[in-house]
Amino acid sequence: MSAPQAGGPGSAESADVNAGRRHFLIGLGVVAAGTGIGIRVMPGLLASGRPAAAPFDFKPHAFVRISSDDSITVIIGKSEMGQGVYTGLPMVLAEELDVNPQRISVEFAPVDPAFNHTHMPGQFTGASSSTQTTFEPLRRVGATARAMLLAAAAKRWGVGVDALETADGGVLRRGGLQRASYGALAEAAAAVPMPQDVPLRERAAFRYIGKPQKRLDGRAKVTGAAKFGSDVQLPDMLVATVARAPVFGATVQRFDDRAARAVPGVVDVRQVPSGVAVYARHTWAALKGREALRVDWNPAPGGSLSTDAMRAEWRALAERRGVVTIQHGDVDRAFAAAAKQATVEYELPYLAHACMEPLNAVAHVTPGRCELWVGTQNQSQDAQFVAKALGLAPADVTLHTTFLGGGFGRRASTTSDFSVEAAHVANGMGRPVRTLWTREDDMRGGYYRPMAVNRVHIAVDAQGKALALEHTVVGKPLMKNSPFAAFAFRNGIDPSSIEGLGDTVYAVPNLRQSAHYTDEPVPILWWRSVGHSINAFIENAAVDEMAALAGRDPLEFRRELLAGRPRHLAVLEKAAAAAGWGAPLPPGRFHGIALHESFRSIVAEVVELSVDGDGAVSVHRVTCAVDCGFAVNPDQVVAQMQSAIVFGLSAALYGEITLEAGRPVQGNFDGYRVLRISEAPAIDVHIVESDGPLGGVGEPGLPPVAPAVCGAIFAATGKRVRRLPVRVGLASA
Amino acid sequence: MIALNVNGVSHQLDADPEMPLLWALRDLLQLTGTKYGCGMALCGSCTVHMDGVPVRACVTPLSAAQGTQITTIEGLSSGADHAVQQAWLELDVVQCGYCQSGQLMSAAALIARVADPSDAEIDAAMNGNICRCGTYPRIRAAVKRAAQIRREGGAS
Repeated sequence: MSAPQAGGPGSAESADVNAGRRHFLIGLGVVAAGTGIGIRVMPGLLASGRPAAAPFDFKPHAFVRISSDDSITVIIGKSEMGQGVYTGLPMVLAEELDVNPQRISVEFAPVDPAFNHTHMPGQFTGASSSTQTTFEPLRRVGATARAMLLAAAAKRWGVGVDALETADGGVLRRGGLQRASYGALAEAAAAVPMPQDVPLRERAAFRYIGKPQKRLDGRAKVTGAAKFGSDVQLPDMLVATVARAPVFGATVQRFDDRAARAVPGVVDVRQVPSGVAVYARHTWAALKGREALRVDWNPAPGGSLSTDAMRAEWRALAERRGVVTIQHGDVDRAFAAAAKQATVEYELPYLAHACMEPLNAVAHVTPGRCELWVGTQNQSQDAQFVAKALGLAPADVTLHTTFLGGGFGRRASTTSDFSVEAAHVANGMGRPVRTLWTREDDMRGGYYRPMAVNRVHIAVDAQGKALALEHTVVGKPLMKNSPFAAFAFRNGIDPSSIEGLGDTVYAVPNLRQSAHYTDEPVPILWWRSVGHSINAFIENAAVDEMAALAGRDPLEFRRELLAGRPRHLAVLEKAAAAAGWGAPLPPGRFHGIALHESFRSIVAEVVELSVDGDGAVSVHRVTCAVDCGFAVNPDQVVAQMQSAIVFGLSAALYGEITLEAGRPVQGNFDGYRVLRISEAPAIDVHIVESDGPLGGVGEPGLPPVAPAVCGAIFAATGKRVRRLPVRVGLASA
Repeated sequence: MIALNVNGVSHQLDADPEMPLLWALRDLLQLTGTKYGCGMALCGSCTVHMDGVPVRACVTPLSAAQGTQITTIEGLSSGADHAVQQAWLELDVVQCGYCQSGQLMSAAALIARVADPSDAEIDAAMNGNICRCGTYPRIRAAVKRAAQIRREGGAS
């Protein structure tokens, strides 16, 4: 259950992965099981099998290890950051292997191409893609292992495979004549030639998939035993804090470390590329030492940035068309023929991810090697960038993945900033060093959800139907400088600026988006649901504004715009009916509704709220309907909807990072307010089954929340909140 | 030297009396179940019991903890069988899990004090504990379930 530690299975595996896999695999079984012999089904060996019908390349990336002591271990290449892959991926494999998922032990994988994402360059967890991309491959791994165990038993007992069956971790001879556990068959199974094209179970025969399965990390997380990056303890380890530039991009001019070095427990102070590091025997000394440090910084271009000035500049830019990124229909003709039209402006702020676990990593750099322990969503790139920073070959870097105390995209850094910095900090120290970020370091460290100013021009026709939508967005493009730019930033268009709008499910016949891409020295990053967190707001707010222009009900208007999309309509109707849309509410309570598709899942949400005389908003209930194709672990689908709704409400109501004189103002949970339990609404989640493809669930619950909140505020007050967060936008509405 | 009793074990620590209890627990005693989240008593991730009362270890200096009985998540039960742990597992509350030690310690202190907490009492006791994964609806249900387990005598 624990994260890989020094000398543990993680490091043994990664050291051996390059040297003759199949032989190694059996060897590893010996290592892992003591006296036992293990078998592992290797993705690489299975790759020669029939390609899956899925739209991605068939590159299975799961290992299973069955040891003679009957322990069954699944090694997952995905990071567990709360979203439930630690449970969901093993249960998929367990279904085909025919073993109760609760019996399975889980290990985090070493960095190895075998665990690469099926359609991204390297090992990566994000884009709500873990289950959709591994569902088929993991089932094949489980089914193939089961077939090999059956073949081993058949040979041992001198019977045909058709005389055998499996049941919860064992092979039985029909009629109760003989039974052998998987562990007892492990050695023999390892010698069985790997079969191809093993049939998979029919969906109707699933015993575990599609039924609620308790989290396999639950016990470790209620006892304090789960190891996060910040919990890694190594002999002789130091703790470092880094004094980083107060303004993005500023460099150290000089520093005075005399007082810092005088703090008991401080052992060294050194300049590193990102600032000045203070090394100490424990965290308290590292913090006190940094307080005592004096650093003068060179001026940087970002030193004059303020979000107020940016907003004014961006609003002016938004008045004219930018680079056209989306074009459907004839927008100009539509506006010329419109019965009613309006132009409005929406402003969305920078947002911090504010994971509960502030960023951190432990690095141990020795001559020619670096070992890292880090909670990351981006293993391969982190290891590569660390190698490059230290002048090592990628194979000289060993990265151990721990549990992540939240991710939300921040731990999928496009620059691998926190891993690379930790490597620099540890370089030359000859002993392990934990680089610990304080909450303020984390919150003021950039990598924000982009700020965006959006000018939206809408029109309806004489029949009150949606006619045209023109969206002009101003903001920094997310993908342009990312590692994915080569395939994700094409023709000068940033895909995150169009996602969710260019492919909007609402039938707006004439649609144009144009973009002004800015380039401030403020690092930006994907933040739970990426471009959808902006575009679902624009899309649904514009639909609400069109409905109001036409004097129509937001639900009824959406029905018309979703005509011909039965899955979307079913989700919309489910949420509306479950919430009681149109039925009388308690006095002072109002409804808003939004629907959005992202990461192949469709989610509709109805928000019920009240607004008091001072403009304070209380959200009482959120009713959510989700069609994710097929719910692999239904209770975790519910959990992810609850999670995304609360996360989205924090942002919609309170979230905002502002800059003054180049400095992020908010540094902790006092300035960057997030939802607390007293503010958390009741949340009802309804899973709508469909025959759609498997969709993601980590992110799709988020995009509809903010527009549904603003729709409900309009119902309550007649005021349109066009600037988020609501705390700011309602006051100026 | 600071005399500290944690989970029933006495320690003598050669440490700055101003050092927050959080860092002593984590760095000097290797009790890493108690988490750092904000350093300012804003998020509750570091919640432990001092003589049975929930406190934020990140702002509790060792000088204040000396001579008291400290209980951390590691000392809450021996087999994950405290009522709050049982209820948390039953309702599958956790997600990333980072804040949960603090949530559990706040909840344990609440149900020790209030046999059948109302929503308002849960809000008051748990509002200092932030969860970014949004497990609040399940925490609310689990606190009630834990109180019920305790009332029925099923656990401590």
